Amino acid sequence: MVMREPWANNLHPDTVSPFTIPAAMPPGPLLAIQDLTVAFDGVSVLRGIDLSLDRGEALGIVGESGSGKSVTWLAALGLLPSFAAVSGRVTLEGKDLLNAPAADLDRVRGGRVAMIFQDPSSALNPVIRIGRQVGEVLARHQGVSGGDIRAEATRLFELVGLPDARRRFDAYPHELSGGQNQRVMIAMALAGKPDVLVADEPTTALDATIQAQILALLTTIRTETGMALVLISHDLGLVAESCERVVVMYAGRVVETAPAQEIFSNPRHPYTQGLLAALPPFEGPLRRLVPIDGQVPDPSRLPPGCPFAPRCTKREPLCETAVPPLVQAGFGRLSACVAQTPSYVRPEKDRVLA
Amino acid sequence: MVRYLLIRLLRAFITITLVVTFAFIVLRVSGDPAISIMGDNASPEAMAAFRKEWGLDQSIFIQYFNYVTAIFQGDFGHSMRGGGPALDLVVSRIPATVMLTLPALLLKVAIGVPAGIYAALHHDKSLDRTVMVTAVAGYTVPSFVLGLLLVQIFALWMPLLPTGGTGELSHLILPVLTLGIGGAAILARFVRSAMLEVLGQPYIRTANAKGIPWGAVVRAHALPNAAIPTVTIIGFMVGSLIAGSVVTESVFSWPGVGNLLVVSVTARDLSVVQCILLLVAATMVLSNMFVDILYGILDPRLSNANSEGR
Repeated sequence: MVMREPWANNLHPDTVSPFTIPAAMPPGPLLAIQDLTVAFDGVSVLRGIDLSLDRGEALGIVGESGSGKSVTWLAALGLLPSFAAVSGRVTLEGKDLLNAPAADLDRVRGGRVAMIFQDPSSALNPVIRIGRQVGEVLARHQGVSGGDIRAEATRLFELVGLPDARRRFDAYPHELSGGQNQRVMIAMALAGKPDVLVADEPTTALDATIQAQILALLTTIRTETGMALVLISHDLGLVAESCERVVVMYAGRVVETAPAQEIFSNPRHPYTQGLLAALPPFEGPLRRLVPIDGQVPDPSRLPPGCPFAPRCTKREPLCETAVPPLVQAGFGRLSACVAQTPSYVRPEKDRVLA
Repeated sequence: MVRYLLIRLLRAFITITLVVTFAFIVLRVSGDPAISIMGDNASPEAMAAFRKEWGLDQSIFIQYFNYVTAIFQGDFGHSMRGGGPALDLVVSRIPATVMLTLPALLLKVAIGVPAGIYAALHHDKSLDRTVMVTAVAGYTVPSFVLGLLLVQIFALWMPLLPTGGTGELSHLILPVLTLGIGGAAILARFVRSAMLEVLGQPYIRTANAKGIPWGAVVRAHALPNAAIPTVTIIGFMVGSLIAGSVVTESVFSWPGVGNLLVVSVTARDLSVVQCILLLVAATMVLSNMFVDILYGILDPRLSNANSEGR
């Protein structure tokens, strides 16, 4: 079979890139998540998430630990343990993923949607050579076999800037540094030529200097391949820098969605404002950082109203009793706060869709 | 690597020396072979002659010195009962024991490993619980109870198999089952927990996220990693191939090493007991070294550490 040259749009302008969108592509977002809920042992940790991702978009997901940002994407790809109760709808180009047969899901995972994780050293199998781990994806999703695997894997290692790429095929993960292992993870994700790369805290476990390198690599790869990027992080600054649109999550809900610049210049939700106040400024005089008081509530003991209300400086009486829905708060913006919702009517049910 | 092997060999030598010394002292302190072999009615002169003949009248230090020097010359002493060389006697029993323990080992692995994997893959489902309850029952029942139970069922109620003895293939079945079931249960529990540990690792999630079908994830990413701890326990089982089982051989009056050990201990046949213990210690140590080498092959992290000469 004829191997499609990866990243062909850069190398051969006359070949059809796997990443250019054919005319017959169905309308609507590439990936849509609707009313996604997840519960572990009856404790609900994700309480109705609505998200959409366009082709080639860079979407940032921000929130403190336990806000459900990783769980959202693990659930979407069916990667949660079997005791997790997942409901809702996740569609890739209109095709449902949550109830898809295992074989279909396996074609999507790694082939259409790839995922990389926080701690690259434990995310790679310690007893399998890294070249083989990348080769698995090539064989599974690209039909590469035999000696071509070595050549192709080496090329991917070069692409992600792994030093001494030629000799690394036979290396084991423990022989590489954390940053190098994350490059291997990225190479492995790219091997399937996915439409989406979900990066779950890809730099959290790495040194500060390496963090910047990995982020730069992700940005470069995204612009070169045209794939969509979902960057999950607790660091709003980092996400705003490399993404076009930012989703802020709190206690298993989306509390604000906005273009990246606007979330900085004009944050709507008090939680987002709090996150920004806790962030050191990029320019201008130094100022005292303001932490958000209190802690993320225990998912099994959420307050009856807005989950952020106990920590919110702009709390109103209504916040204590009703959960505000996610509503339009400007062009291309959504926010879930009573303060932004003058027309807000107390809902009959616990949760109201925007 | 050479340095590593040398350290391992030195350690093995120390282990065996400790076992031999300990056995030597305990055996000599705990009873008088003259009484148990000559009988209570023997005259004091005959007993004294016996002790003199076997060197038992000398101090324990001289006895130990003589014993160790003899070992280095390949002399493991003589049986006080039969008079023949102790080593020949013990070696003559090994085939019978291995005839039991080898099929039993295969049975343990053939049942225990798949049962453990199966239970882990169906974690917390009724299948897992069934396997584990069976396993707990299998390894908490003492082997003499299990042996007698099997005899009761298959030899007495349903006279299909002989109650004991040797000679035909049918004589093997019940003792092999007795040995195998208990070991299979231990192995099943061990493999299950090793598999559960591995299945919870982040790299399994990575493999799933790569779109590798679950069966292939288990085969390529979980089994090789779970094999590392499993090899340890199988190594112990291999190490006891020659030691056999004292209890099972006694229950089925099987003429193996275990049976010889029981008889020799009761009779205070010192050289034979020491010879058996030395042999058992040596096989244990040998299989342990084998396991260590296997570790290096299964886990690249260890072989690196070894070759760098820890």
